[in-house]
Amino acid sequence: MKQVNKSVPKIDGMGLAKGKPAFTDDLADSNAIIVKVLRSPHAFARIKNINVDKATKYPGVECIFTHKDVPRNVFTRAGQGYPEPSPKDKFILDEYVRYVGDELAIVAASTDEVAEQAMKLIEVDYEVLEPVLDFEKAENNKSVIHPEKEPYTMFPMGFDASKNIACTYDMHVGDVDEVLKNSEVVIDKTYYTQAQAHVAIETHSSTAYIDHYERLNIITSTQTPVHLRRIIGEALGMPINKIRVVKPRVGGAFGGKQQIHGELFCALVTLKTGRPSKCIYSRKEVFESSFSRHAMRLNIKIGAEKSGKLKAIDLRVLSDTGAYGEHALTVFMIAGSKTLPLYNKVDAVHFGGTVVYTNHTPGGAYRGYGAIQGNFALESAMDELANKLNIDPLELRKMNMIKEGETSEIFKIMGEGGEGTAQIIESCKLDYCLKRGSEMIKWNNKYQNKNKKVIDDKVRGIGLAIAMQGSGIPNMDMGAASLKLNDDGFFNLLIGATDLGTGSDTILAQIAAEALNVPVEDIVVYSSDSDLTPFDCGAYASSTTFVSGNGVKKTAEKMKNLIISEGAKHLKIDVSDTIFDGKIIKSKDGENSISLKEISKGWLYNYGQAQKQLLAVDSYVGKKSPPPYMAGFAEVEVDTKTGHFDILNYTAVVDCGTTINPKLALGQMEGGLLQGIGMAVYEDVKYNKYGQMLTNNLMNYKIPTREDVPNINVEFADSYEPSGPYGAKSVGEIGIDTPPAVIANAIFNAVGVRITDLPITPEKVLLAMKKKQIK
Amino acid sequence: MKIKLKINNQDKIIDIRPDEMLLEVLRKNGCLSVKHGCDTGSCGACTVLLDEKPILSCSYLAAKAEGHSIITVEGAQKKVEQISKYLVDEGGVQCGFCIPGLVLTVMSMEKELNNPSEEEITHYLSGNLCRCTGYSSHTRAIKKYLEEKK
Repeated sequence: MKQVNKSVPKIDGMGLAKGKPAFTDDLADSNAIIVKVLRSPHAFARIKNINVDKATKYPGVECIFTHKDVPRNVFTRAGQGYPEPSPKDKFILDEYVRYVGDELAIVAASTDEVAEQAMKLIEVDYEVLEPVLDFEKAENNKSVIHPEKEPYTMFPMGFDASKNIACTYDMHVGDVDEVLKNSEVVIDKTYYTQAQAHVAIETHSSTAYIDHYERLNIITSTQTPVHLRRIIGEALGMPINKIRVVKPRVGGAFGGKQQIHGELFCALVTLKTGRPSKCIYSRKEVFESSFSRHAMRLNIKIGAEKSGKLKAIDLRVLSDTGAYGEHALTVFMIAGSKTLPLYNKVDAVHFGGTVVYTNHTPGGAYRGYGAIQGNFALESAMDELANKLNIDPLELRKMNMIKEGETSEIFKIMGEGGEGTAQIIESCKLDYCLKRGSEMIKWNNKYQNKNKKVIDDKVRGIGLAIAMQGSGIPNMDMGAASLKLNDDGFFNLLIGATDLGTGSDTILAQIAAEALNVPVEDIVVYSSDSDLTPFDCGAYASSTTFVSGNGVKKTAEKMKNLIISEGAKHLKIDVSDTIFDGKIIKSKDGENSISLKEISKGWLYNYGQAQKQLLAVDSYVGKKSPPPYMAGFAEVEVDTKTGHFDILNYTAVVDCGTTINPKLALGQMEGGLLQGIGMAVYEDVKYNKYGQMLTNNLMNYKIPTREDVPNINVEFADSYEPSGPYGAKSVGEIGIDTPPAVIANAIFNAVGVRITDLPITPEKVLLAMKKKQIK
Repeated sequence: MKIKLKINNQDKIIDIRPDEMLLEVLRKNGCLSVKHGCDTGSCGACTVLLDEKPILSCSYLAAKAEGHSIITVEGAQKKVEQISKYLVDEGGVQCGFCIPGLVLTVMSMEKELNNPSEEEITHYLSGNLCRCTGYSSHTRAIKKYLEEKK
């Protein structure tokens, strides 16, 4: 392998560092109409009347839309494949507002200031309704968040708006109650995970204009350009052949930009005025009025023999999808489907629960997507079991975890909202990950020396967890590519895949270069333009390296074959006697040959009736979703006087198959780990009793700074996934999954208290220690 | 109102609103590397150099910059390239949105701190948030840059 498993510098890295205008707001027309959104101050209200007369007359106002002026088509902003596995429960604007920050009116004006002034002139008469702010009391609450008649689901998912239920799901293998009853030891615990905000540094941004073909062009910071085109067509009731969606560079996304945001508002304004418009969210809008991670309650029971052999796992989940049901079903299902197969040797397993509507900011896709929530519960409970049985948690994992060549029935039963896809695990180096990670962090010494005083009141502890993710959604998500040969022998690689800063443009160029045996510089990438690039489902579900990467590999192999077959014709030799080494097309004995440089020029300029354009197109849909795996370890130092703790070391050993670009893979891991650590120890979306978000800016919602980074050590296992492009699996999400459980387990090891609700703050640690002393 | 500003070594007379922030004025005047990230002076994406010192242009009134010299990444391309080479090589430029602000702060740090330790580096740069990389690649890159520059 020459071009893959190689740390090629990210191809757009230098241009971005030098500040080239590459992001949505940089590309918007300098005269674009400013689009702002008037948002609800109430957690739940019906608009009795809305009067925009004064605002419309304000000088500089272009137009104002309320729910009376926009098409009433019900849709979901989730940005998923089709048919969508999320309830269709959203209108562009509605007579109800369902959370603080929900959209009331769209105001388009010449400047920000005019728009702000105009918004103050809009008169709204509300019927304030009793909000549902406790997700444990949402089901069957007398306040019904979606009383309207239109919402529906594209396939059965237990949706019952009258009970505030977005969806339900239930599966089982064997009789879990019976097996638990007969288990020698049972752990029965409840864990809570909080809402987390994505905090991509670029806020949600979109701009629109009408081009010279009179088509609507939308440039937007999105993970899913093609889904977006479909959803905009659906919401506006317009044919999608009139819409082009272009994704420029994206300033971070992490799932937050899978959903649609201001695109619809820009579209409405530009369609009405014929003029360019732009909608750039404020940071407050991103916090309050986009999406955050679904908060969950997870009840878990694990039954085991005294030897440590697991017998049964029962996981019951209640998830808060907020005011709308984007990703309600799928995030919740992944809390089971991307955790429970880790322990595939149980006699019985059950997963089920409910996703409820509340008057919170909607839940949405966020890196880790259910897996981090499930992992916290499962891997905390495993630690509790190890403690109860007095078995080393490392040994408990080894005894029970999935191994290469094995399967789990869950793969077949649970998929992305429906049935899954059976698969045998062909690459799983969890055993190595645990072994290597335990060496790196010196597990054996440190685990036994728990509660050891270091200095004064400080004690150290160590914890671990294992995790899995997936690689795309099998038999559903598709990635396609095209390669065009140019004179001088270089190629254009067109891909629908959406680089969010992850480096997918770079690694996909590496994959094409590897298949063609050419340098990466000879692959010129253009991505994510719904008019110009082939289909791709978009960047979510850890799919790009595996799904789009396989699509690129197939395309490049097709191009290679095309060069060989057409080259053979030119050289007048048999195809079976022709080889292409990346530079020269030749017969096997080398007697007949021509360089790619020369022939590519001839094919375009000089060969008369033999002139031709070489173009290859192919696509890939996964037959399976090979999970990447990892083992995470942390060492913490807890101050027993204050509950304050420091994470001294975080060690991660990862099996993501071949790393196409080791440094970019490392960046995915280090970035994912720190987001996971943020969720584990302080990030927390909080509301007051009126449903107003308290953490709606970066002063109140803290993300880790570079001073908060512990000593992080990441290594990759030597692994090869046969179904992946050159052996690769995904690496985008797996890094975020382990920190909550690992840190909870390390705190337990240090001071003997178990924090079961995230984030794990010093206050909670101290209170738990006090409670324990009292006992 | 009109103010005199030196932007990237060019003298300019610019018409501004009295309440306008420097960030907006710079973006309107072609400095698109200066990014809008948080509105509260918390993220560092809008960092520019004012008389060679880093400031947060989102919370700095343009009127207050009257008579001062502003440098953005557009006006320091060569230096930016020298530093960024290390960032790119270490995989430290993911989405890239925060990088112009970061690099300008590194430039200022170079002038201010002699031979900084890792702790001093992370402290100096702590106001430049990044959500993609986890920062470790930045630290590796900047240490290497400072080392090889010697």
